[in-house]
Amino acid sequence: MAKKVHVTTTVNGDDYEYLAEPGQTLVDVLRNNLELTGTKEGCSTGDCGACSVILDGELVCSCLVLAAETDGKSVETIEGMADGDNLHPLQRNFLDLNGLQCGICTPGFLIAAKALLERNPDPTETEARFWLAGNLCRCTGYDKIVRSVMAAAEEMRGA
Amino acid sequence: MTELRYEAPESLDGAVTLLSGGGGGKILAGGTDVLVQLHTEMIEPDVIVDIKNIPELKRLSEDGGAWTVGAAVSGMNIIDNDAFQTAWPGVCEGVALIGSIQVKGRASIGGNLCNASPAADSVPAIIAAGAIANIVGPGGSREEPVENIVTGPGQTSLAQGELIVSFSFPAKQANSGDCYLRLTPRTEMDIAIVGAGVNLTLDDDGTCIAARISIGAVAPTPLLVEDAANALIGTKVNDAALDAMVEAVRAACNPISDKRGTREYRIKTAGVIARRAALKALERAQAN
Amino acid sequence: MATILEDSKYDPQRDLKVVGSNPVKHDGLDKVTGRAKFGADYFLPGMLYGRTLRSPHPHAIIKSIDTSAAEAVPGVKSIVTRDDFPEIDPGTVAGEMTRTAMAREKALFDGHPVAAVAATTDAAAKQALKLIKVDYEILPHVIDPVDAMQPDAPILHDYIRTKGLDEPSDKPTNITERLITEMGDVEKGFAEADVIVERDFDSKPMHQGYIEPQGCVAEYSDDGQVELWCCTQAPFVYRDRLSAILKMESAKINVQQSELGGGFGGKTGFYPEPVAILLSKKAKRPVKMVLSRNEVFRGTGPVSATNYTIKMGVTKDGKITAAQGHLVFQTGIFTGSMYFNGPNAMFTRYNFENIHIESFEVVSNRPKVNSFRAPCVPQIVFGVEGVIDELARKIGMDPIDLRLKNAATEGYTTVYGETLGPIGFVETLQAAKDSEHYKSLVKDGEGRGVAAGFWFNRGGETSTSMNIAPDGSVTIITGTADVAGSRISIAMMAAEELGIDVDKVRITMADTNSLGFNRVTAGSRTTYSVGMTVVDNARQCIDQFVKRAAEIWDVPEDAVVYENGECRPAGANVGNFEPLTIADITKQTTMSHGAVTASASMNVTGAGPGFGLHIVDAKVDEETGRTDITRYTVVEDAGKAIHPLQVEGQYQGGAVQGIGWALNEEYVYGEDGRLQNASFLDYRMPVTSDVPMIDTVIVEVPNPRHPFGLRGVGEVPVVPTMAAIGNAIGNAIGVRPQSLPMSPPKLLEIIDNRNS
Repeated sequence: MAKKVHVTTTVNGDDYEYLAEPGQTLVDVLRNNLELTGTKEGCSTGDCGACSVILDGELVCSCLVLAAETDGKSVETIEGMADGDNLHPLQRNFLDLNGLQCGICTPGFLIAAKALLERNPDPTETEARFWLAGNLCRCTGYDKIVRSVMAAAEEMRGA
Repeated sequence: MTELRYEAPESLDGAVTLLSGGGGGKILAGGTDVLVQLHTEMIEPDVIVDIKNIPELKRLSEDGGAWTVGAAVSGMNIIDNDAFQTAWPGVCEGVALIGSIQVKGRASIGGNLCNASPAADSVPAIIAAGAIANIVGPGGSREEPVENIVTGPGQTSLAQGELIVSFSFPAKQANSGDCYLRLTPRTEMDIAIVGAGVNLTLDDDGTCIAARISIGAVAPTPLLVEDAANALIGTKVNDAALDAMVEAVRAACNPISDKRGTREYRIKTAGVIARRAALKALERAQAN
Repeated sequence: MATILEDSKYDPQRDLKVVGSNPVKHDGLDKVTGRAKFGADYFLPGMLYGRTLRSPHPHAIIKSIDTSAAEAVPGVKSIVTRDDFPEIDPGTVAGEMTRTAMAREKALFDGHPVAAVAATTDAAAKQALKLIKVDYEILPHVIDPVDAMQPDAPILHDYIRTKGLDEPSDKPTNITERLITEMGDVEKGFAEADVIVERDFDSKPMHQGYIEPQGCVAEYSDDGQVELWCCTQAPFVYRDRLSAILKMESAKINVQQSELGGGFGGKTGFYPEPVAILLSKKAKRPVKMVLSRNEVFRGTGPVSATNYTIKMGVTKDGKITAAQGHLVFQTGIFTGSMYFNGPNAMFTRYNFENIHIESFEVVSNRPKVNSFRAPCVPQIVFGVEGVIDELARKIGMDPIDLRLKNAATEGYTTVYGETLGPIGFVETLQAAKDSEHYKSLVKDGEGRGVAAGFWFNRGGETSTSMNIAPDGSVTIITGTADVAGSRISIAMMAAEELGIDVDKVRITMADTNSLGFNRVTAGSRTTYSVGMTVVDNARQCIDQFVKRAAEIWDVPEDAVVYENGECRPAGANVGNFEPLTIADITKQTTMSHGAVTASASMNVTGAGPGFGLHIVDAKVDEETGRTDITRYTVVEDAGKAIHPLQVEGQYQGGAVQGIGWALNEEYVYGEDGRLQNASFLDYRMPVTSDVPMIDTVIVEVPNPRHPFGLRGVGEVPVVPTMAAIGNAIGNAIGVRPQSLPMSPPKLLEIIDNRNS
């Protein structure tokens, strides 16, 4: 067997310590070792964005990161997006404006949109669309997703 | 796969040592190509050498107008640097087209170059910019113009144990401008059918005195097309000069037909995209 | 039990409180917090990981399979090949299903499963796959359907004889069936026409493109019971088909549907599920199988490719007198494309009298096609609506006016024999004409196109049950899978009928042990059919509330009325009783009478057909052939929008899937018969930045057969999309494309030919 890598990492503020296969991806560890299945795996090649997480402040596809690379780093996933019972404004706007249908892409879109609004609180629709281009959705035609993001941005600016 | 090891050296020497031993070392920078290759079993290395903990690979600095960009600096870090963006907008356009925001959060110029795809978006842009690759290896360090790195699809001129540390961009000349454009069916998340990087310098009365034109996805490697540059040098970059440039670009093309586009379509649109990139570079040069 | 099947009591005057509003979806919170469990999200103790070995050859005899080296890999617990599946005759429905799950005599397409391994880790399973030795004898292959029809084409199945020929032949062939669909006299119709247009068209396979790959966990217990958790549009259909190919009783297979991460027709038939069951049976441990994206593209059902000719004639004043089609549908390696939808739907929405359509279904070395929204219709409508546009142009008529002039209305008998009830096609066309988009000026350099579409809409076998808790809250058990949020619409209809708040209603998607048979979620049947049975459930429960209230008050049942969630005396003479809420009744009577419950199983009929018209503005880069969609409006009849945001979402999603199919999506095969673009990167589905906002106009012409008047809205939104985009591109560049997708190289060639 391959020599496993000892990894210490923070996920949504909680400390985790585990052994990863050298070639094991972060999404694999999140889902299968840590049982945080909110992060979805749609392609394993970085083309769908369903596995989006924030790694030390940077939006990434967790299928394109080795778990071993996250030693000492901090990971934010969908499970950490709400503050207790208080949904993030993005989550609430996705619900209110029906920004989701089947819901498989939703965690990835929410994480990507969160990263967008942290960097640019007042994006144009075009900026939002290009930022979110790495997240595929097959149900919605993107219309209500983009509207949800724009509404959340406006609400957060006002807050 | 069962033998795979993960190593993250913190020095260049450490990386070179790991890459020099045996035949199966693979460099991991952003990982956006390597991890796909690993998991689809296109590659089966003995050791993954993560180079992101080596300070020299992560440097992004300017000295007297000349820039040094570490080979593993992420795309987002490059395009987020306002000063670099001002100096090399065309290079940033190329970097900005390397996949999604998520992919650019990891992917680097070094990886984009060393993956050695003919369609790599940042490569024509940095070739046009005249970037130099700073290389270390078991035999010490050396410098190589970027256009000499890729030798064929998936092939580079780097020797075993060598890695690119950084890229040096020359100080930007007055009255110069660069641009990278590509053609894809989708607006994002696509591989270039053709790409063109153009870097022009004008004199005070608007005559082109220097030009570098590089095209991608139209040959086994990204090309530096000197005939195309020569068609512009000494002209005011008027329609006649642009027509000659387009002709030279098309003459240089030697693409394949594949799932992403036919040979004829690529040759035809290479000229279109190169012309558009040249006009944008010209506009920038005139504004500088 | 059914009480409303033939009498929905649709009341246009009814004051609706819940239906027509937009409450937050009950499944929404779990989906925005990551708690919702999809096919790949189930874990069982002792679970193994299963992986599939797939054929790299499009057509090859499997001479032998040697698994001995793979069995020796540490951690490998079971290996399954064709030998583990019961023998079922080829050429039968079950025979073809089992051969889709696992190759038997031959590998029939690139990506066809030939063996599978279950191991303690995914890595061990993958390692073992590499050690399985398959001895193939490679045979000539055929990918293109027209090539497959040629006399010298490789014959893929020795048992196929073309059905429906005028003179039956006993010669093996790749043409499964010929079908004539006709009415009136086309020759007479063409003789009456002033202008006749005839054009050839073709389309490539596209993939449903759901973001969630197929995923399941199967557990086979020693007493022969199977528990299967999976993402499916059809838990009951999966159960019964698994029963057929595994030769097990249906009652021994319990299918528990997970949340479904998109299906669009692609999850109406199983792929890894039977393999996972057999791996579990052999290993005596639960087995999880999740397909990779590469496997999804290579191994699961794409959409039918087509080659066809459309010919239509029109008089100078705009009466379309004849419509003819010659259609070839590629069905992949096995029959079952549902190609007959094409001829039945292609002209339906118009009141044509003279129609003649000859259709062929052809096998080739690709995965068997699977359903996709309105199976086999949108790719043909692409041609039909292009020809109609050309007719309009040639006689100088507005394209919507020509469609209005020929629009079908109530009483028209379709080519497939249905006499239409009240339908909303004219209202849809009129709403499109009146829309802001259609009235606006076309921008310089852009083209505008319109196209219309139709879908039958479906009903079918549906079972639900309703349970009233002692505190008066309501749970509903459904078995027709929720694929995009139908649960909220169903809860709303139950709440409306019961006169209570929708938050008092919760829906559980049942496993197959818990409910009677439910047909697949497909064909725009779910909200319609399940709406029928839950309204029936609610009416049964109301009957019981009334009975119990009458008993509490000691008055006759007809002295009690139920309205707004309460029982009250029918009049002052009944007595002075305070109204009883559901909770009042259930608290007082559950102990004595048991819970108030209801169940209903129906074969729901009366789905009202749906019609839509799309308006598209497109801009084409004349130097590269790239198209940008700049504005898009979907106008469609929903009968009644139960949850308007959900309806809009169906319209918008269908339109953007169609944009992908129109512009870029296709399967690209190499000379070697292998799929070249088996990744999202190279398959090119639309991304967020590729499309504009999709405007919607919801037309509401009620379906009188449904208590709230609804029509299904799942299929129509994709039907006219490629046609409308094709017409917009045609108006932008002056030549209407005839080949899908209308990708940049194809459009540039059209532009170059136009210029020369």
